[in-house]
Amino acid sequence: MTETFYEVLRRQGITRRSFMKFCSLTATSLGLGSAFVPKIAHALENKPRTPVIWLHGLECTCCSESFIRSAHPLTKDVVLSMLSLDYDDTLMAAAGHQAEAIIEEVKKKYKGNYIVAVEGNPPLNEDGMFCIHGGRPFVEVLKETCADAKAIISWGACASYGCVQAAKPNPTRATPVHKVITDKPIVRVPGCPPIAEVMTGVVTYMLTFDKIPELDRQGRPKMFYGQRIHDKCYRRPHFDAGQFVENWDDEAARKGYCLYKMGCKGPTTYNACSSMRWNGGVSWPVQSGHGCIGCSEDGFWDKGSFYDRVTDIKQFAVEGNADKVGGTAAGVVGAAVAAHAAVTALARARSDKQGDNQNSGDK
Amino acid sequence: MLSQQDMLEAERHGRQVRSIYVYEAPVRLWHWINALAMVVLAVSGYFIGKPLPTLPGEASDNFLMGYIRFAHFAAAYIFAVGLAGRVYWAFVGNHHSRQIFKLPIFNSHWWSEVFFELRWYLFLEKQPKKYVGHNPMAQLMMFFFFTVLAFGMLCTGFALYGEGLGLGSWADRLFGWVIPMLGGSMQTHSLHRLGMWIMMSFVVVHVYAAIREDIMSRQSLISTMISGWRMFKD
Repeated sequence: MTETFYEVLRRQGITRRSFMKFCSLTATSLGLGSAFVPKIAHALENKPRTPVIWLHGLECTCCSESFIRSAHPLTKDVVLSMLSLDYDDTLMAAAGHQAEAIIEEVKKKYKGNYIVAVEGNPPLNEDGMFCIHGGRPFVEVLKETCADAKAIISWGACASYGCVQAAKPNPTRATPVHKVITDKPIVRVPGCPPIAEVMTGVVTYMLTFDKIPELDRQGRPKMFYGQRIHDKCYRRPHFDAGQFVENWDDEAARKGYCLYKMGCKGPTTYNACSSMRWNGGVSWPVQSGHGCIGCSEDGFWDKGSFYDRVTDIKQFAVEGNADKVGGTAAGVVGAAVAAHAAVTALARARSDKQGDNQNSGDK
Repeated sequence: MLSQQDMLEAERHGRQVRSIYVYEAPVRLWHWINALAMVVLAVSGYFIGKPLPTLPGEASDNFLMGYIRFAHFAAAYIFAVGLAGRVYWAFVGNHHSRQIFKLPIFNSHWWSEVFFELRWYLFLEKQPKKYVGHNPMAQLMMFFFFTVLAFGMLCTGFALYGEGLGLGSWADRLFGWVIPMLGGSMQTHSLHRLGMWIMMSFVVVHVYAAIREDIMSRQSLISTMISGWRMFKD
């Protein structure tokens, strides 16, 4: 019989009081009412622990760095213990063949009942040789490990969309997880990195309710990615008022006006930064005076400058944005119309003269 | 010999034959309301992407962006409802009301007239032809640069509007699929803005062509969109 979460916690010296605190905090962070606290506690006490295998592909480990800083009391201890991270080559003590054997063991023992959390993505060019995991291309390890999984979590922009290694021209053909694994439910938790509490929240939800959270069109949990940064930004009143920072060192910047004109991507970015903030609610990018760069959006490296609002459209030119391309087109059309009108007037004047001559000739 | 009275009647009769009722009242009304909505949309939309200089004072004392966005959304609803009404009228109106929605692309005569019009605009034809509705070239332009583009602007516009209304709102459910399809919210914003510029280029050409044809061609243009009657000059 495998241990329950609660047994693991108690074994690790966590009091029941702390455990209940964690349950209520989790319920709150998931946006659930207080009625769910006992349900969460009950689930954690009775359900067998779902093992999680945490794989690392092409990535920078910022997701892990964020994850281990989850600041809700106990969350990092609890979730790390809960997951026990049966396998996570960055955090686990085991190494080498000993470590790799764990994947096989989990696959056999919990067939169809374990979660694979993927940080980073597999590069597909050169048969996947750009990312080697235990002597084999990562893409093979990923496919094998996911074959018997219950569900997959795509951590961060890398696994969800591709991130910087998939930015144009993407020499290694880094490919997001959902384009490689197509037969499993996938939860995408984008961000570079995602917010720690969002990560632990998603994991806790999946372990508690034994199902994946409600997802939006792009496969992101609605509870964290249902709104834009802009929708809950504390500087939003300045946006509506038409009060903007025009330069990084102007009075408006000191007053904390809206960063829209400085290229803030808040209005086009779905994430929970403006409500949950970072580092235990200490601050977040806009609060520190810099616009959002849209790190949780698809292909954010290829969406033009971080510092333009009407930003570049890469299809047209290196420096082309909607205003330059469209404005130029409108200007050219206007000039063409003016020229056409001039030619028309000239041609008409000439034909009138000829017509007059002809008419007079006829007479 | 015709009597004086007969002469007058013949003349009146001839004049009547030379004018045809083309644009029914709903089409004309829609045309001008739509034109006004588009002007408001373009101006307010321009300032949503590139806002006016920052305003001093308390945030609670100002609501400039709010008003600009309100103007944009209000005009967008008028544009959308107008377009829906116009589509309805294409079904129940006269055959001219279907022109901007349906191209007779399998009609070779129509194509030859498209090229005739092209030559006319390139000063290669001395005499223009007579048309009751749009000339084929105008119809082609109208179809791609107004009808298709208008529906594109409608879809991207309401998709972006749905972002503000929130997940699960009617705009999100009806048009939300547009955003991932176009590669994200930023891309959708950019394309929506580009669409505005294309639309404005179309307006320039449209207004110019209408004025030019009113002067140069053998039929009325501008007054037709006011009275509905196409007058032929010869």
